[in-house]
Amino acid sequence: MEKLTNLEEAVHLVRDGDTIMVGGFLAVGTPERLIDALIEKGAKDLTLICNDTGFIDRGVGKMVVAKMFKKIYASHVGTNKETGRQMMEGETEVVLVPQGTLIEQIRAGGFGLGGVLTKTGLGTLVEEGKQIVEVDGERYLLEKPMRADIALLFAEKADLAGNLTFHGATRNFNTYMGAAADISIVEAGEVVQIGALCPDEVVVPGVFVDYIIDGGAL
Amino acid sequence: MDKKQIQEFIARRVALELQDGDLVNLGIGLPTLVANFVPEGRTVLFQSENGFIGLGPAPEEDEIDPCISNAGAMPVTIVPGGSFFDSAMSFGIIRGGHVDTTVLGALQVAENGDIANYMIPGKMVPGMGGAMDLLNGAKKTIVAMEHTAKGNHKLLKECTLPLTAVSAVDLIVTEMGVIEVTAKGFVLIEQNPEYSLEQIREATGADLIISMGLQKMAVV
Repeated sequence: MEKLTNLEEAVHLVRDGDTIMVGGFLAVGTPERLIDALIEKGAKDLTLICNDTGFIDRGVGKMVVAKMFKKIYASHVGTNKETGRQMMEGETEVVLVPQGTLIEQIRAGGFGLGGVLTKTGLGTLVEEGKQIVEVDGERYLLEKPMRADIALLFAEKADLAGNLTFHGATRNFNTYMGAAADISIVEAGEVVQIGALCPDEVVVPGVFVDYIIDGGAL
Repeated sequence: MDKKQIQEFIARRVALELQDGDLVNLGIGLPTLVANFVPEGRTVLFQSENGFIGLGPAPEEDEIDPCISNAGAMPVTIVPGGSFFDSAMSFGIIRGGHVDTTVLGALQVAENGDIANYMIPGKMVPGMGGAMDLLNGAKKTIVAMEHTAKGNHKLLKECTLPLTAVSAVDLIVTEMGVIEVTAKGFVLIEQNPEYSLEQIREATGADLIISMGLQKMAVV
C-alpha cells in the first residue's frame, strides 16, 4: 500500500464527531502542519486524546481556539487559557487523566489488553466511578483501554514503509498512538526511501503507520 | 528574605537531600531550582517525564534544539550518558519505583502525608500532569514550598482541596524549617533561626511535634 500522501488528502480522513489522538508534549513532537491543515479544512465535535492542550498558538491548542472539540482527555491543560475558559463555561468537557495512566490506556487500546491496573489516582477524584481490583492484597484502579478513529503523529524520519525514527524528547505519545487508532497519519520531518533507515534505529515499526506526510524540516 | 530569596533558600536545603547516584524528578517552579545546588562531589541524574534521563542546564540562545525541552516546555540540554525514551517508558520508570526522589510543590499537605497540588475547584484546574504517578511511584517525596500562602495555612490536619495522592509526602522543606511526616504527624527536625518556634507553630495548621534532636536549618 502506498503510504505517502499529501496534507489535503490526509486531513480529509478526519470526519466530524471523530475521536482523534495527537502526539506531542506541550507541542514538542506535535504534527503542526497536519494541525494547521485540519483547522483550514474544518471539523467539529471532535474528541481529543492528547497529553495536554499545548498553547493557544502552538500544538493542539490551535484546534482548541478553533473550537473543534466537544470533549478533551488530557493530563494537563494549564498552559492553554482557552481550554480553561471552555471548561469553566461548560462549552467543552475536559477529563483530566494522570499522565502515566493516559499513556497506558492508549497502549492497552493498541495492544489488545483489557485495561491496566494502577495505584495512581487511588483516593482521589480520578477513582470516581472506576472499578477497584485487589491483587495479592494490594488495591489497584482498573483503567480501561482507549482507542481513536485517527492518530495524528510526528516523527523525525519516516521511510516509505512507515518505519519511524525520533530525535530528542519527541517520542512521548507518538510511539503508541498509531497502534491505538484505526488510521494513523505521521508528519515526518524527512521522508526517506525503503532501506535508508537502519532497522536497528527504527523506534516504531511501519505496521502502526497508515499514511505519511512529508512535513519538511522543523 | 524576598520571595526569590525564600525560594532559593528552600531549594538550597532540598539539594542536601539528594544523594550520590540518585535519579531525581523535579517539579515545575521552585523545585526546578534545586538542580542548581547539588552538593559538590555528588552525581545526581535528573529525569524529565516528557522522556529523558540526564536533564542538563538551559542551552545558550544559539544552541537551542526545539526537540529538547523539559516538562515545562523550556529549552534544556541532555548530559553525556543521558537517554531519550517515550512516555510509557518514562512512566514505567516513575510508577515502577525507579525514581529515588521527587521534589514537588504543593497547595496543601496534611499531617498524614496527603497532598493537594493540582486544582482549586472553580478557580484553577490545570490538571495533574505526571504528579499523581510521581507521588505513587517515587521512593521519596519531598515537598518544597513556602510555609503559608498569603498568611493561610498550607500544612493542615486534613487537606480541603482535591487530593493528588494519599499519604505520599515524606519530607517538607519551607523557609521556616524542615518537617518530617511521621505516623505521629508533623515533626520539626530543623528550624530556621530567623523564626521562633512560636512563629512556626502559628504558621502551621496542625500539631507540630518538635524533634528531640532539633537542629539549625542547614543549606548548601
